[in-house]
Amino acid sequence: MKTLILRTASNYLLPLLLLFSVFILLRGHYLPGGGFIGGLIASIAFVLHAFANGLENTKSLLRTHPGFLMPVGLTLAVISGLAPGIFGLPFMTGLWYDEAIPVIGMIGSALFFDIGVYLVVIGVTLTIIFTISESA
Amino acid sequence: MAQRILSIIGSSIALIFSIVLFSLVWQNGTMVIQAGNWEAPYGITMVSDTLSATLVLLTGILGLAISVFAAGSIVNARARFGFFPILHFLFMGLCGSFLAGDIFNLYVWFEIIIISSFVLLTIGGEKAQIEGAVKYFTLNILASVIFLTAIAVLYGITGTLNMADLSLKIAAIEDKTLVNICAMIFFVGFGIKSAVFPLYFWLPASYHTPPHAVAAIFGGLLTKVGVYAMIRVFTLIFTLDPFLENVLMGVAMLTLFSGAVGALVQRNLQKIFSYLIICHIGFMVAGLGMGSTLALTGAIFYMIHDIVVKANLFMVGGLLYRINGTSNIKRMGEMYARYPLLSLLMTVPLFSLVGIPPLSGFWPKLSLIMGGLETGNYVLIGFILFGSFMTLLIIAKVWAEVFWKKKEVTNPPANFRFFEAHTQREKILILIPIIFLSILSLGIGFGAGPIQALSERISGELSDVSTYITIVLGEKSN
Repeated sequence: MKTLILRTASNYLLPLLLLFSVFILLRGHYLPGGGFIGGLIASIAFVLHAFANGLENTKSLLRTHPGFLMPVGLTLAVISGLAPGIFGLPFMTGLWYDEAIPVIGMIGSALFFDIGVYLVVIGVTLTIIFTISESA
Repeated sequence: MAQRILSIIGSSIALIFSIVLFSLVWQNGTMVIQAGNWEAPYGITMVSDTLSATLVLLTGILGLAISVFAAGSIVNARARFGFFPILHFLFMGLCGSFLAGDIFNLYVWFEIIIISSFVLLTIGGEKAQIEGAVKYFTLNILASVIFLTAIAVLYGITGTLNMADLSLKIAAIEDKTLVNICAMIFFVGFGIKSAVFPLYFWLPASYHTPPHAVAAIFGGLLTKVGVYAMIRVFTLIFTLDPFLENVLMGVAMLTLFSGAVGALVQRNLQKIFSYLIICHIGFMVAGLGMGSTLALTGAIFYMIHDIVVKANLFMVGGLLYRINGTSNIKRMGEMYARYPLLSLLMTVPLFSLVGIPPLSGFWPKLSLIMGGLETGNYVLIGFILFGSFMTLLIIAKVWAEVFWKKKEVTNPPANFRFFEAHTQREKILILIPIIFLSILSLGIGFGAGPIQALSERISGELSDVSTYITIVLGEKSN
């Protein structure tokens, strides 16, 4: 798969797909999208990069093992679930900052939950795919 | 090493929280939380009545014991593939399913339990393990599909998934045909999970394959989750009519019989214990099926006793395996002469299981038999006595073979480390949970009064579900 066209294209596609995945993540609360699908798109970006440039290059690009994202994402999701407890509200109640922030929109605890999901999905998908392609 | 310490710390914290939960529920009665602050029946509800709190407490206790046991007995190769995180996922699934107040949420927790138990079964990748895991997974995923189907039918009839709301809606339905069919589908689904006759064959095929720490948590808690779900569904959502009671009692009799007979012919210690699990599930199903509060009290007490003792038995089995280098009772021997103090320790779970008074197995059977006399189910009493008698026979056989007989030469697998070859720290980590659970089951036996009072309170709550419904649904239920 090491063709020049794919390699060149993948270098441009990687940042574009990552940006797109963040876009999907952010629009997810009321519109189709969210952490899960965003995470899948982000991992597709890395998988495409790995196809074009080889697994080793993608790994050095990522610096850490993707499996490391799983506990980080889970912790973030749990914290966002427990955060309402500070205000005496039940687990997972949505907390919202009153005013919308430009570009990002409304900020709430649901966003942090979604970011947690996003990280877990990237971690799981890349760990699975990297493990399979290593042993293949 | 760090994983092991973290695991023990985590389990200790979980135990502290479960004690707090139990004492709160004991003082204030049923507690409820609506996740996301969406009110019931629309949101996901977590409910903790006395039964849930007790089972969560037992999960906490076993969780700590098994974390310590696993820290001493799990080899590094397994720990490297994430044994300890998955073990804690399993504990989370168990606690979640005990606390779920929504039937679909219960299904989700069941899935978490299945997935993590499947990983725990297969980590290590020995041939026997994979074979056991395939049988386990196939049957359990089938049970999940049946359970999901039942939920779908139930949702089709009532349009709700909240268990308290279901209870009200089901009671208001005039034509019970579909409701009864749905109840039977639930029974089949939970029956596979709790290993009742004739759906138990996956259990002895898989429980002897994983490491003993895993077998202990499986034997102690996994089948009881099925029984818990059965008790919850058949007290809260469906009311037991005579037909359903007869089905439950018939199944209980056959379970008692087949489990006991199965255990009698086995030679592998872990398999004997596996069949005894099946046999003793019969006691709990019988208690539920008789439909009297007294019998239900017996079933609950039996469950409390059984969770502690079965987990301990599998750990004892692990210790015996490490000492003898085999799980075949024909090849073990001379335990009493070689390790008198350890043998004395092992008598506690073995004879608690039989229920020799005043040990813990005796008291719930008393309630069960009295419940049987009260409702006039004499055949069932016969089977309960048969089950107890066979357990006595089997344990006596195990005792004679393992502790008294002359030891035969064993050929342990390559790289086998006998118990003597373990480091001092590993020995302590293996022995502490066995001692701890033995003291606990002695406590249940000698302090049967409070446990009986607890079981009576639980069965009282289960018989009168109106408090549960009012607390979950708030004022709307009126």
